Amino acid sequence: MPTNYGRDLLHKEPAITDALVAEHGLKPDEYQRILALIGRVPTFTELGIFSAMWNEHCSYKSSRLHLRGLPTKAPWVIQGPGENAGVIDIGDGDACIFKMESHNHPSFIEPYQGAATGVGGILRDVFTMGARPVACLNLLRFGSPDHPRTRHLLEGVVAGIGGYGNSFGVPTVGGSVNFDARYDGNILVNAMAVGIARTNEIFYAKATGVGRPIVYLGSKTGRDGIHGATMASAEFDDKSDEKRPTVQVGDPFSEKLLLEASLEIMANGCVIAIQDMGAAGLTSSAVEMGAKGDLGIELDLDMVPCRETGMTAYEMMLSESQERMLMVLDPEKEEQAEAIFRKWGLDFAIIGKTTDTLRFVVKHQGVVKADLPIKELGDQAPLYDRPHVASPKLPVIDAASVPPPVPHGQALLNLVGSPDQCSKRWVWEQYDHLILGNTVRQPGGDAAVIRLGDGPKGLALCTDVTQRYCEADPVEGGRQAVAEAWRNLTATGALPRALTDNLNFGNPERPEIMGQLVGCIKGIGEAALALDFPIVSGNVSLYNETQGRGILPTPSIGGVGVVADVARTVGIGFRSADEAIVLVGETTGWLGQSIYLRDVCGRAEGAPPPVDLDAERRNGDAVRSLIVQDLVKACHDLSDGGLALALAEMAMASGIGATVAQADSQIPVTGWLFGEDQGRYLVTCSEANVAHVVSFLRAQGVAAVLIGRTGGDVLALPDMQPVPVADLKRAHEAWLPAYVAGDGKSDGEGGR
Amino acid sequence: MNAAVLLFPGINRENDVARALQQATGKRPPIVWHAEHDLPKGTDLVVVPGGFSYGDYLRCGAIAGRANIMDAVRAHAARGGLVLGICNGFQILCESGLLPGVLMRNANLKFVCREQHLRVERTDTPFAGKYAKGQVIKVCIAHGEGNYIADAETLKRLEGEGRVAFRYCDEAGKVGGAANPNGSLNDIAGIYSEKLNVLGMMPHPENLIDALIGGIDGRGLFDSLAGFSASFAA
Repeated sequence: MPTNYGRDLLHKEPAITDALVAEHGLKPDEYQRILALIGRVPTFTELGIFSAMWNEHCSYKSSRLHLRGLPTKAPWVIQGPGENAGVIDIGDGDACIFKMESHNHPSFIEPYQGAATGVGGILRDVFTMGARPVACLNLLRFGSPDHPRTRHLLEGVVAGIGGYGNSFGVPTVGGSVNFDARYDGNILVNAMAVGIARTNEIFYAKATGVGRPIVYLGSKTGRDGIHGATMASAEFDDKSDEKRPTVQVGDPFSEKLLLEASLEIMANGCVIAIQDMGAAGLTSSAVEMGAKGDLGIELDLDMVPCRETGMTAYEMMLSESQERMLMVLDPEKEEQAEAIFRKWGLDFAIIGKTTDTLRFVVKHQGVVKADLPIKELGDQAPLYDRPHVASPKLPVIDAASVPPPVPHGQALLNLVGSPDQCSKRWVWEQYDHLILGNTVRQPGGDAAVIRLGDGPKGLALCTDVTQRYCEADPVEGGRQAVAEAWRNLTATGALPRALTDNLNFGNPERPEIMGQLVGCIKGIGEAALALDFPIVSGNVSLYNETQGRGILPTPSIGGVGVVADVARTVGIGFRSADEAIVLVGETTGWLGQSIYLRDVCGRAEGAPPPVDLDAERRNGDAVRSLIVQDLVKACHDLSDGGLALALAEMAMASGIGATVAQADSQIPVTGWLFGEDQGRYLVTCSEANVAHVVSFLRAQGVAAVLIGRTGGDVLALPDMQPVPVADLKRAHEAWLPAYVAGDGKSDGEGGR
Repeated sequence: MNAAVLLFPGINRENDVARALQQATGKRPPIVWHAEHDLPKGTDLVVVPGGFSYGDYLRCGAIAGRANIMDAVRAHAARGGLVLGICNGFQILCESGLLPGVLMRNANLKFVCREQHLRVERTDTPFAGKYAKGQVIKVCIAHGEGNYIADAETLKRLEGEGRVAFRYCDEAGKVGGAANPNGSLNDIAGIYSEKLNVLGMMPHPENLIDALIGGIDGRGLFDSLAGFSASFAA
């Protein structure tokens, strides 16, 4: 009979061979571990389940050992790493729930959908916990602008992020975009989502109770994304384009419905446990719910809503179709929950139950396709202490030994119009950053500030990392990434509370790459501890490598700060003429690894600036205190391009110029203007308050010096022809639109 | 003024506009589900908010324009009742036959979100009474398909009857050119129905109602509505 024939096909699974094991990304010793664990040869479906659970992306097998040392606790931390997202207490019974996650590999292969589903995945992580998303951010790294693929990737990723977030209805309020040839073969797309819930209404993945129904919600399961997590755990080769079918397709409309339906059934008390189906789909969500609750799970795949006919157990277990959730519901409220989901036009199906066997059992058409020990699937995943070597220390560059190749004014104009420092308006104008009507500080400043509800409370949010520092000195780079995020939040007046990280590195099987990972984690941990800025969620993306060439080590930091009153925050733009400009923090003129040295002198050299965490803390706390006391008109942290670039950005944001003189002539002027010493800010204040501001800072042990005044329409800096603010602005706004339009010399297409 | 805000699956600015209405009228408007057949009793103003109804996977607004509740909205408009469609709501009103023309992909094919200036073209309507004629207001735009197109005859009629509500302009009030964000014909940002009781507009006045969040130029529209007294209830 035809039906029997179809059934036979459905159950005919290939024999397990060494080649098949290797295709699943499992090493021979990992396969031996499976044999030892279950005492027999796995079925094909089981092999798929192991490959999904034990790949780098899901098991963190290379990084777990080192991540354990990170500070994750504070009195205000409600939930640290290990759940769908981190949770902090922000006062008044409110919790902030947030996480950052990468979608690097899929975005390189299919930029629009890869980026879109990255946004969808991270939003789901946040609302799965009961939070309503209030903001998204991202951190993007692309290859050299001259690389023939960069423009296509940039356009696709930006459109994909916008396409998903805009439709879903969450403002995308901040981010970081830059370029380096080291990302030519592996771009980075790190997406962050932030949501708000009541502290007593947070939902977790842990299942409770035996015999409770497991409910499948959301979109149907298709064949898309099979082995997506495995792909994300391998290097690219010249056949990577063939992996396009493993990229999922996003449907923000379904996600919006899933959000509304999920929050509605949560509000009605229907939900006992909930887990989104992200990487490794049904497999990892079901295993996680059972394992966390010390329960077994039995699934009947006949009940799974499928988009296509004839899907096998293997395909259903490994599909990464988007916009799906798994829940354990209160049996008494099952009907109510189903009615809510039907109202929103979403699938609702009971596909299994919790058991007391601690086994993960998968049945399809009456046949047991998998029967595995549920705890061990997660707990017994391989854990590697991979060999690692520390990066060699680089020499400190003497600022006096750097002759300026062009006049300083020209250097400043070149920098404000360079790919990394230019305005990213072309990017963020494609994101709806104004929906919800709460965006107090829009993209383009140090950190975004959003109001929560009708205020006055709010959040400051940012994403940061300086990957060239991380490569030059991983520990110092890790410290700097955290310090810069903390500083950016502080510069708005916010109190930094917690961070999420997204560790993007090359192949950890190479000791020097593993050394970068270990070093950066060490630095992140030191800074997080010193700044009371714990890590509450995170993600690791390794194997960002193509044909043996790794990316720059890029530990992205997503920072969250709390603002008591959003009306008391400040932006970077000068507010008026005749404001006094005060430079806060120690300046030595550090040019090693600076943007000036790299982009003006063409020398990517030297040790990066060290981060003095005590000074960082002291300086930031003092600046924040001034802002909260309403003594500061504008504030900007000093980072890429140093003092000169920070002044230019403050001028361009307002159209108001400034006249500045060098306070300390001991320092070579090039270093004074463009050095990237850490822990520094520029603040402006009224003439009447300047004496008080400077003496307040000095009383806190903070270096502070009056360097000039705002006014006029030119930026007049020492040893430099005055530069009209309008010229700076023109250069700043011009590069990106011209690049994407394909005008100018940066066009890499055609002749190559 | 009793307002009601419609909700279709995929709409995402219903709370933004409800907040603006509450600020102006002191009352939180009811949210009406698309599958309903009737508007709440005593509704004076129906608001169709922005978003991506049904994902905008078909022509924007095409599915919502045919929802159950739209029969009630058409009847309400025919009685002279007030209807305001913003962004996706404007697209829905065009698709439901309440306003002429259509919104096409932005001329540069990209979604655009930014603060945008508009020139108020007339003030003798329930929607714009609190503005001055020719006033330049700053609101926000956030759309991928806001490029207003109509045939020459329709356009001529709209202009001839003074039914253009707002035009895109720069900060100084200069209409058109680079100030037109999407390629709309005649820089049209919003239009009225024949009887001036239906307004469709792409920009979002509801997102500029607070001095802390960009400014308060959007309030004029909601204050005009709140101050307008008339009863159109069935």
